[in-house]
Amino acid sequence: MIEQEWAIILARAQFAFTVSFHFLFPAFSIGLASFLAVLEGLWLKTGKGVYANLFRYWLKIFAVVFAMGVVSGIVMSYQFGTNWSVFSDKAGPVIGPLMAYEVLTAFFLEAGFLGVMLFGINKVGRKLHFVATLAVAIGTFISAFWILSVNSWMQTPVGYEIAANGQFMPGDSWWTIIFNPSFPYRLVHTLLAAYLTTAFAVGAVGAWHLLKDKSNPGARKMFSMAMWMAAIVAPLQVVAGDFHGINTLERQPAKVMAMEGHYQSHPDGAPLILFGIPNSKERTVDYAIEIPKASSLILKHDLNAPLAGLDTIPDADEPPVGIVFWAFRIMVGLGMAMVAIGMWSLLARARKQLYEWSWLHKAALVMGPSGFIAVLAGWVVTEVGRQPFTIYGVLRTVDSASPLDAPAVAFSLLAFVVVYFAVFGMGIWYLLRLMKKAPEAHESALDGAPIRSAGITPAPAVLEGASA
Amino acid sequence: MIDLTVIWASIIGFAIIAYVVMDGFDLGIGILFPFFKVGKDRDTAMNSIAPVWDGNETWLVMGVGGLLAAFPLAYAIILPALYAPMIAMLLGLVFRGVAFEFRWRDPAHRELWDRAFTLGSFIATFAQGIALGALLQGITIEGRSYAGGWWEWLSPFSILTGFGLVVGYALLGACWLNWKTEGALQRQAVTYAGRLGISLLLMIGLISLATLTLEAQYYLRWLSYPGVLATAIVPIATIAVTFLFYRSLRQTKDAQPFFWALALFGLCLIGLGISIWPNVIPARVTIWEAAAPHRSQVFMLIGASIMVPIIVAYTAWSYWVFRGKVGHDGYH
Ligand code: HDD
Ligand code: HEM
Ligand code: HEM
Repeated sequence: MIEQEWAIILARAQFAFTVSFHFLFPAFSIGLASFLAVLEGLWLKTGKGVYANLFRYWLKIFAVVFAMGVVSGIVMSYQFGTNWSVFSDKAGPVIGPLMAYEVLTAFFLEAGFLGVMLFGINKVGRKLHFVATLAVAIGTFISAFWILSVNSWMQTPVGYEIAANGQFMPGDSWWTIIFNPSFPYRLVHTLLAAYLTTAFAVGAVGAWHLLKDKSNPGARKMFSMAMWMAAIVAPLQVVAGDFHGINTLERQPAKVMAMEGHYQSHPDGAPLILFGIPNSKERTVDYAIEIPKASSLILKHDLNAPLAGLDTIPDADEPPVGIVFWAFRIMVGLGMAMVAIGMWSLLARARKQLYEWSWLHKAALVMGPSGFIAVLAGWVVTEVGRQPFTIYGVLRTVDSASPLDAPAVAFSLLAFVVVYFAVFGMGIWYLLRLMKKAPEAHESALDGAPIRSAGITPAPAVLEGASA
Repeated sequence: MIDLTVIWASIIGFAIIAYVVMDGFDLGIGILFPFFKVGKDRDTAMNSIAPVWDGNETWLVMGVGGLLAAFPLAYAIILPALYAPMIAMLLGLVFRGVAFEFRWRDPAHRELWDRAFTLGSFIATFAQGIALGALLQGITIEGRSYAGGWWEWLSPFSILTGFGLVVGYALLGACWLNWKTEGALQRQAVTYAGRLGISLLLMIGLISLATLTLEAQYYLRWLSYPGVLATAIVPIATIAVTFLFYRSLRQTKDAQPFFWALALFGLCLIGLGISIWPNVIPARVTIWEAAAPHRSQVFMLIGASIMVPIIVAYTAWSYWVFRGKVGHDGYH
């Protein structure tokens, strides 16, 4: 039994590790793909070289991000079977078709047009090349659509029946399953998250180069575009997050209790705990700094609305409080910081100081990784908050795992950790190196690889008509 | 009445064939990579697959995703049973997948990423071969789960199938290079193709004979009278195709040897089908026992019948964009 428990803990650690690494890349590639499509579209429309140069600059980065997203994603599609086989057997009839749709409508689209997007511009012409870029961007969106539908169904399962053999069977409407109650919120929130992640990464690169040379046209353009995104999307994300949380309160109240640190029920208005240290033994939050009744205001839009606490939840059904509580504060804190940067940039823009205020540039630089951290924190809230279930309220995590020996899972976890840190560590280092180079007036198709720019990607043809 | 389960088995079969046909030569080039001269030759070999490898690999995701969707029970039994080879395959694919990009990003460590490319391709192929062998030799099942240990997949037979697939993919890789390149590299590829063809024939013979001894079902399928009159066609055709393969190679054809090599793979897959049909886990679980419910099958079939032709069309288009010989200066 002890052995079995270890096997499950290791399997959870392995899933969390591999999926977290995976999502770092999609969060960036969903946003970058759209950004590239916009850049290429603007280039086609205006013919301005600065767009072409930025396109080529970010395309190099995209290629590396995408490769890492693909290989870490393939791992994910096997993880369900290798580590969560009982879950797969039971839930397969419902989630399997959705993931199959993801492969059919998204992965093939992305992969099929990626080659043309990366290497084909002089073979197919600019218009068709733009179509390929669009196809890749749309593919990343469709991919998010299906996988988030799957994940949301696990959070808020509806539209199924349980068969005699214990499997979940689809009921008569797939629509109900796909558009399950938490899906619209999660889709919007996650897509906005991907755009924000990208905006802050792009903004940081722009800021870095502005700090070194305020006149670089590429750096100015990308910084300005990124700050527009920050100013518009960050506030939207706060609103989307609020709706998301209210929906979660209705469907997964225990998760919200953990997020809020509400061990106890508050019959007449619950406080909003800004900070504190959850103490699960004493079932209180130590050193809490709180705003009275604010939680009820946010969640129920009424100062005095009663809010139930974890004391109403059977112990066996409680999620871990500490992790969820902290992760939630990290995400929300970063979201607020993003809004602040966005506002600051509007002010700078209004004063025509967007390229001058070096404190703004420094702040944007520091915020470069913020999207990635917020995204991971958000997923930790979502997934840890769903515990102890894999399919919320219906299938427990302990009843989902594969019949594996603990040493097998331990070995594979170790292998993943070593390989991921080595390979993706190098990859991230290459990304930083690419970003460190300032965008140039004649951005090469692929720098640092003379053989290849003379090889499969014929740089001269790309450059034609594209001087800044 | 049309049996959707049979249709789904065919679709998964199609995905597996598509995977072997397309990713086989990519992995094969990875396996042969260290034998090519550093510099121009390696770059050309790499460039001949760079635009298409990602699409090719997607068929693997389609195969496993389709299995989860259409035969969840099989997915849930097979993956834990093949735990170690599957993890090894995934890690191998990580290395070879990033090598495509990383080797250009870091000239100082290009040698390192070239090695990662080879090692990754080799491990992924070897693990796939082992997986096949382990499935054929039979796995221990209790109720709805795998019940063997975590080393059950390891046997002389599975090692043999592992090496068999390495030889097979290497052959496909050599034939692809013969088709897509020129000059010294092409001549080198032809030499390799010649040697690998014979080796593969030997491997096929060995594996086929060994398979007959694994399960009574296989033996009866192949050798009981009068079925043997039909099944004998497969080995005879294998010999004939091998002959055609060598003839096309001698006539210095560019594309033909590749297609004959694919035909060899096709025959192996037909042979495999004869041994295991109608099981999804060989000799253990039938496709009907593992099938997803009717509603899941119908829903996916709608998607598959619309999407698969579209996918095939744009995949073909992207191959067409990169048609012709890839020289050192890109495709011409
Ligand atoms: C919100 C978006 C999102 C989320 C939550 C996930 N993914 Fe992902 N995934 C993508 C968005 C994405 C993407 C942006 O569409 C990628 C990145 C690179 C690519 O090819 O597509 C991708 C790649 C990718 C691939 C490689 C596709 C290829 O070969 O081209 C696979 C197999 C998966 N994912 C599978 C999964 C699984 C099983 C997940 C659940 C644990 C998962 N992804 C979470
Ligand atoms: C992409 C970003 C994601 C991140 C960062 C993430 C993170 C996590 C974490 C931290 C856990 C461990 C929870 C715990 O055991 O306490 C987990 C578990 C899990 N998640 Fe996710 N998740 C993500 C997406 C998904 C998606 C899209 C799905 C489904 C399609 C999914 C399905 C699962 C499953 C099956 C488990 C294992 C069982 C469990 O421990 O709950 N996750 N994830
Ligand atoms: C202050 C603003 C924010 C609020 C109020 C908020 C709210 C929430 C809530 C309540 C959840 C949990 C939903 C659930 O468990 O079902 C969540 C999850 C998540 N958050 Fe946020 N969030 C905010 C900002 C951000 C930012 C800035 C990002 C990233 C750039 C982000 C990315 C995510 C992600 C990826 C998830 C997990 C996926 C999901 O369930 O949608 N959030 N957020």
